[in-house]
Amino acid sequence: MGRLSAAAAVVVLLGAWELYARAGGIDELVLPAPSAIGETLWTDRGLLAENFVVTATEIAGGIALALVLGCALAVALHVSRPLRGTLYPLLVASQAIPIVILAPLLVIWLGFGVLPKLAIIGLVCFFPVVVTTLDGLRAVDPDQRKLLRSMDASRTALLRFVELPAAAPAALSGARIAVAVAVVGAVFAEYAGSSKGLGHLMLQAVPQLETPRAWAAVVVLATFSVTLFTALGALERRLTHNAGGSP
Amino acid sequence: MVLRDVERVFTTGRGRRTKRIEALAGLTLRVQPGEVVAVVGPSGCGKTTLLELVCGLQAPDAGAVEAAPAVLMPQRDLLLPWMDALDNAGLARRVAGASREEARVAARPLFAAFGLEGFEEQRPAALSGGMRQRVAFLRTLLAGKPVLCLDEPFGALDALTRAEMQAWLACALATDPRTTLLVTHDVEEALLLADRVAVLSSRPGRVVAELEVPAPRPRRATDSALVALREQAMEALWAG
Repeated sequence: MGRLSAAAAVVVLLGAWELYARAGGIDELVLPAPSAIGETLWTDRGLLAENFVVTATEIAGGIALALVLGCALAVALHVSRPLRGTLYPLLVASQAIPIVILAPLLVIWLGFGVLPKLAIIGLVCFFPVVVTTLDGLRAVDPDQRKLLRSMDASRTALLRFVELPAAAPAALSGARIAVAVAVVGAVFAEYAGSSKGLGHLMLQAVPQLETPRAWAAVVVLATFSVTLFTALGALERRLTHNAGGSP
Repeated sequence: MVLRDVERVFTTGRGRRTKRIEALAGLTLRVQPGEVVAVVGPSGCGKTTLLELVCGLQAPDAGAVEAAPAVLMPQRDLLLPWMDALDNAGLARRVAGASREEARVAARPLFAAFGLEGFEEQRPAALSGGMRQRVAFLRTLLAGKPVLCLDEPFGALDALTRAEMQAWLACALATDPRTTLLVTHDVEEALLLADRVAVLSSRPGRVVAELEVPAPRPRRATDSALVALREQAMEALWAG
C-alpha cells in the first residue's frame, strides 16, 4: 500500500511537470520535461555510469568512514565524562562550518583526488552517527549495568557484551540520516575541484546548456540515495529483529 | 555473611531542597554458609539496597558488610536479546574472560537439569516468562560465586508460573545448596523456600523479627506449620 501510493505520487508529480513543461510554461534550458530527462538518461548512459561509479565510491567510502569514526568517537565520549563535556560542543560547532567555504580549502590542502571528497562527506556524515550512537550507548538499562557489575565485569566487558551490541542499530540509524547529507556533500566536494563524478558532470552541463544532462545526474544520485537509505534500513531492521526487538 | 548495624542514607535534591532518605538503619543479619535466608518487608523498606550492599554495588554509610563474593539476580530477567539462551546463561563466564565456546560448554549440561533442553539456541524473545527466569537463574549460578542474591526473582510472573518456579527453585537449591539471600514481598514464597525468614520494618529498614522455618521439604503453602509461621510473619510485618 505504501509503495503503491509512493509510486502514484511520483506519477502525478511527473505528469504535472511534463504538462507544465510542454505547455511552454518555462524555458526548456531551465527546466526540461521529464521525458527529455528520461531520453538523456538513456543516450548518456555510458557517461552517467562512468561518473556515477566515482561519486558512489566517494559517498559509500565517506559514510563508512563516518560510521567508523563516529562510533569510535561516540564510545570515547560515552566512556569519559570530561571528554564529553569538552568535545561535544566542538562537534556541534564543526557542523556550523559551511562546506562551501571548507571544500575549496580542502582541495588546496589534499589535492584533486578522492581524499578531500572523503573528508567532506565524512565531516557532514559523522555527526548524526555520533549523536545516535551516543544515545544508544547511554540508553542501556541501569539494572543491566548493575547485573554486569555484580559479575565483576570490566568497563571493556560491559562495552563489548552489552553497550556496543545495544547501540548498533542506533549507529545505523545515524548512517541513514547521513545518507541524505552525504549526497549533497559529495556534489559540493566535486564542485570545489575534480575532473570526474556526477557533481563535476552537473557543473559542466549547466554552462554547456545541457540542462537535461544535469537533471539526469540528479535522478541517478537521488535513486542511489534512496537505495542506500533502504539498504541501511533493512540492515538495521535485521539487527533489531535478531535482537527480538520487534516480532 | 554478616551485616552489622548497617546504615544507608540517600540524599536527593540540592541546597535547601536536600532530602535525606534513610533506606536502612541499624540492620543486623547473619547468614550461615549454605543457608537460604528470605528477607520480607513492605515495599520501599530498602530490600533492594540490602542486596546491592551484599553484592558490593553500594557501600554502607555506617556499620559493616562482610560477605563472600555475591552475584545478583534482578527481578527482571535482563537477558540480552541478541544472544541465544546458551550465550546468555554463560555470560558471566565470558565476562570473566572465557571464550564463547568455553562458556557454552559450561552452560550446556545445566540446560537439561533445568528443563530447558532443546531451547539452547533460542533467543529470549522465543522463550516463555518462566523459561527466561530459569535461564537468568542459570546465568546467576554460572557466575560461580558462593553467594546468590535473588531480588524478587518471580515478581514479574503470573501466579501459576510463579508457583511452578517456586517449586523448581526449591528443588534446584536442594540439589545444589548455595548461600542464598532471597528478597521478596511475598511471605508465602519466603516460607516455601527459606531456612529462615527475616522481617524488615518499613523505612528505614531494620530486622524486626527472624523466624526459623524448620518444616521438611518439599513444602506446601497449606502445611499447618507454615500457616502458623505465616501468621507470625504477618504480625511482625504489621507491627514493624
